[in-house]
Amino acid sequence: MNEIESIIAKHAAVERVVPGEIVEVTVDFVMTNDATTALNISIFEDTLEGDTIWDNEKLIMVMDHYTPSNTVAAANTHKIMRDFAKKQAVKYVYDGVGICHQVMLEEHIMPGQLIIGADSHTCSYGAIGALSTGMGSTDIAVSWLDGKTWLKVPETIKIILDGKASNGVYSKDITLKVISDLTAKGATYKAIVFEGEAVSAMSIAERMTLCNMVIEAGGKFAYIKPDEKVKQYLNSRGRNDAFELDVCEGGQYERIIRYDISNLEPQIACPHFVDNICGISEVLGLEMDEFFIGACTNGRYEDLKVAADILKGKKIAPQTRLIVTPASREIYKQAARDGLLEIFMDSGAMICNPGCSTCFGATEGLLGDGERLLTTANRNFIGRVGSKDSYIYLASPAVVAVSAITGKITDPREVL
Amino acid sequence: MSQKAIKFGDNIDTDQIIGSQHLSLPNIEEMSVYTFEHHPRFAADFVKGDAVVGEENFGCGSSREQAPAVLKALGVSAVIAKSFARIFFRNAINLGLPLIECPEADRITHLDVLVIDQAQGKIINQTKGESYAIVPMTGFLKEVLEAGGIAPYKKMKRDEAKHSHPSF
Ligand code: SF4
Repeated sequence: MNEIESIIAKHAAVERVVPGEIVEVTVDFVMTNDATTALNISIFEDTLEGDTIWDNEKLIMVMDHYTPSNTVAAANTHKIMRDFAKKQAVKYVYDGVGICHQVMLEEHIMPGQLIIGADSHTCSYGAIGALSTGMGSTDIAVSWLDGKTWLKVPETIKIILDGKASNGVYSKDITLKVISDLTAKGATYKAIVFEGEAVSAMSIAERMTLCNMVIEAGGKFAYIKPDEKVKQYLNSRGRNDAFELDVCEGGQYERIIRYDISNLEPQIACPHFVDNICGISEVLGLEMDEFFIGACTNGRYEDLKVAADILKGKKIAPQTRLIVTPASREIYKQAARDGLLEIFMDSGAMICNPGCSTCFGATEGLLGDGERLLTTANRNFIGRVGSKDSYIYLASPAVVAVSAITGKITDPREVL
Repeated sequence: MSQKAIKFGDNIDTDQIIGSQHLSLPNIEEMSVYTFEHHPRFAADFVKGDAVVGEENFGCGSSREQAPAVLKALGVSAVIAKSFARIFFRNAINLGLPLIECPEADRITHLDVLVIDQAQGKIINQTKGESYAIVPMTGFLKEVLEAGGIAPYKKMKRDEAKHSHPSF
């Protein structure tokens, strides 16, 4: 069995599993957020006639998409969540603490776990060696009955990333390149294992970016084998439990794709599909109205640091706006301590409270008709951030920061 | 029973089916008003019982179950596509919204009149005088769909367990 299959087998309490097989698994956590929890609750209580949830320490609820509530409807959604959490004595409820995936990674996830979440980017936890995937409300509500769900064991694609990224090229660029080659449906129903020297060289934050976007190729799980860096990350977060560095001999892969990323240039995803990707040289000089640094893709400290280093002492272009939203309160505090927030403010940026912010397109930073946004988020679908006649471009924090200064798409290698 | 095809292309994402601004509305009925809001021909041409037809990767993007739920609430009889995104597929089956995988879905054009013959495993396009094979659904997923979704399926299983007596 490969890495994916062995984690699934462990959670299905069977010797082995094979791709295509449907198994019932016990999950370690179920995560839900405010975009869908009210629906989960009504399915649990009304349709399933559920009574008490299976484990009040394993259901984790996060308010991040509409936080602080921006409409009466959102406030009522939050109220439904809070009332339910109280009634069920849910131990972990996070409100305004950060984006659900960031909070899960900071506070809860351990390698080898299996987690389901009511959000498609749940696949991010593969960055520290856990299997995690997004599901819809009914699946989630059903799992609250007994902590179990069904899974079809996926086939696995192995992606080996060789080489060393050149200056100004980041994990986001590598991720976009991989998505562009796989296409938006290339990994549908499949798991992706990343390995290679470029992956080993990545920080945990960069690995999170890589795993986060696997869903943009339709993927079910992303996975990076945990190493020393993962151990250090967990220790720094106060999680000292031992975990197994699993050895999987003789695993089978549906295909193995190899990249040498040494000559990769910064990548941009153009409207309106995530796999509509080109090298930055093809879109240089394209004018933008708004810039966003944040989201579960690239709202981490390392991302803010790259952006702040570029923006230090500079001003954003006139008639544009830059929104910076740290992915969690932890990151916000660190960025404040280290003077990053001051750099952003001096450059003319608006800083928002931790959460999904402009990525979700329901609270702040919406676009007007015909406007263009350059963002570090993961989706550029039509109307995702406001007007259906707006245009969204995805890029790394470095590209967004340097472009905010000029007001148009600019290559960060020019300044780094 | 025949139905009209409301036709879309590749990569119809869940944001297009129901935009994120509307997810905090209190119920599916209120949300369903905004189904495919940026595709005016849906509102213009869809009547209850019609089929929604896409091409590759229908339902990609977010995990929001509200996407298949609004389609079901509006009375979409089936969603036909060449391929479906994983989470959408799961959500639709769980809700009991029939999904039909049809490799030739791109031959169907907007407003074609279709007859879906599950027993024979085909779709008859009455407008074009053509017929297309569909990928049959089997095993666990078929059972769930036949039960009307995962909730009734789970309930059925729970009841079965309650009523099965030990044999001594
Ligand atoms: S930051 Fe964006 S992609 Fe991530 S969970 Fe929030 S809305 Fe979804």
